[in-house]
Amino acid sequence: MRHDHVISAKDLSREGIEEVLDRAAEVAADPAAARGRQAGTLLGLCFFEPSTRTKMSFTAAMKRLGGDVVDMGSVESSSVTKGESLADTVRVVEGYADALVLRHPSEGSAKMASEYVDVPLINAGDGAGQHPTQTLLDLYTIRKSAGLDDLTIGVMGDLKYGRTVHSLAHALTNFDARQHFVSPESLQLPRSVRYDLHEAGASIREHTDLTEVLPELDVLYVTRIQRERFADETEYRAVAGEYQIDADTLAAARDDLTVMHPLPRVDEIAHDVDETDHATYFQQAHNGVPMRMALLDLLLGGDR
Amino acid sequence: MSDHELRVSKIRDGTVIDHIAAGQALNVLAILGIDADSGETVSVGMRVPSDRLGTKDIVKVEGRELSQDEVDVISLIAPAATINIVREFDVAEKHRVERPAEVAGVLSCPNRRCITTEDEPVESRFDVLDDGIRCQYCGTIVREGIADHIDVR
Ligand SMILES: [Zn+2]
Repeated sequence: MRHDHVISAKDLSREGIEEVLDRAAEVAADPAAARGRQAGTLLGLCFFEPSTRTKMSFTAAMKRLGGDVVDMGSVESSSVTKGESLADTVRVVEGYADALVLRHPSEGSAKMASEYVDVPLINAGDGAGQHPTQTLLDLYTIRKSAGLDDLTIGVMGDLKYGRTVHSLAHALTNFDARQHFVSPESLQLPRSVRYDLHEAGASIREHTDLTEVLPELDVLYVTRIQRERFADETEYRAVAGEYQIDADTLAAARDDLTVMHPLPRVDEIAHDVDETDHATYFQQAHNGVPMRMALLDLLLGGDR
Repeated sequence: MSDHELRVSKIRDGTVIDHIAAGQALNVLAILGIDADSGETVSVGMRVPSDRLGTKDIVKVEGRELSQDEVDVISLIAPAATINIVREFDVAEKHRVERPAEVAGVLSCPNRRCITTEDEPVESRFDVLDDGIRCQYCGTIVREGIADHIDVR
């Protein structure tokens, strides 16, 4: 995948995914060996909406490879407010860096931007669209904790607007995964996502009640249900409350169940779960650094 | 000359779009960007008797040959249409529309959060599915009412 763009989890083949995950595992096993591999290389950060965590994770990854970052800064302080198009912005910034990371509120923005630049461009989130590096770190975490072969995964929460969920579901169609989607009816998978999953021959089932599937799961991936998806507070509390878990909920699960969450969480996973062996969400967040190191090194043609 | 061909006048140079599904003529005009303010001489036949289709619509545009992008989008709403290029009163070329693998321009994405709806230099681009079209940028699928998404130029 050298000198390629990383726009959508849909573009990732099984081989491409495994190449990144294998490299990430090597980096995690021996971080010192990766140090200096990208000395003198610059990564351009173009964040058109704030995402401090993602930006920190990319910055940490680049610096641990011995490279550095140049940051466009916040939108308020940059020329975007003067009405410059995204196409123009990325054509200017590509001259400052060896690869670009883009986060932008509009869906399809990363794909469009990639058509205007020659350096590798990584999509770090395009609105409700794609966020493939989150997907790669999710896959890395699943592989480490439960394995990607013969996987039974439950994904719970806001499946309608949750792009993390959509990307992960696409990527899992490359593996033998049985995917269960648990959500209130109003927040089920959108038609376009269901279409793609069927096209890819995925094994999916939809549920409104977690207890139907919890005992079979290897992985439970929880996402947040946002208050703004509901007309009023009462309805939100009633519905969202059905999709919160605590240590008692997990008593019905297998002992080796892995519980994941893209973070930040609010109350969908109770703090008493943190103390159990199921809790994997902090490790999941940490995995972003070796995975992004591996991805950047592959894109930038690092020699081993 | 058969009876129904008399209903609309012959043109000298231009395009006759024939065998349009009945009721779609105005959408074809919209695809071509033709409205009350356009300069072209245009004849429109609606619900004209047809051997092949029962009734059909027909559009004749003087002084204009269509672009491939326009023909591609016409194929989505009028899959049986034929395009006749007329030069000096004769049909110089005649071909049926073909459903393309993708369509560019002409249509706009209905997702208002899609980058192609913003002030960017990019043209809209849709993959053509068996039963609709899909934005190559944001993934939005349009199944019904494709004609509602014709970009007003
Ligand atoms: Zn779109």
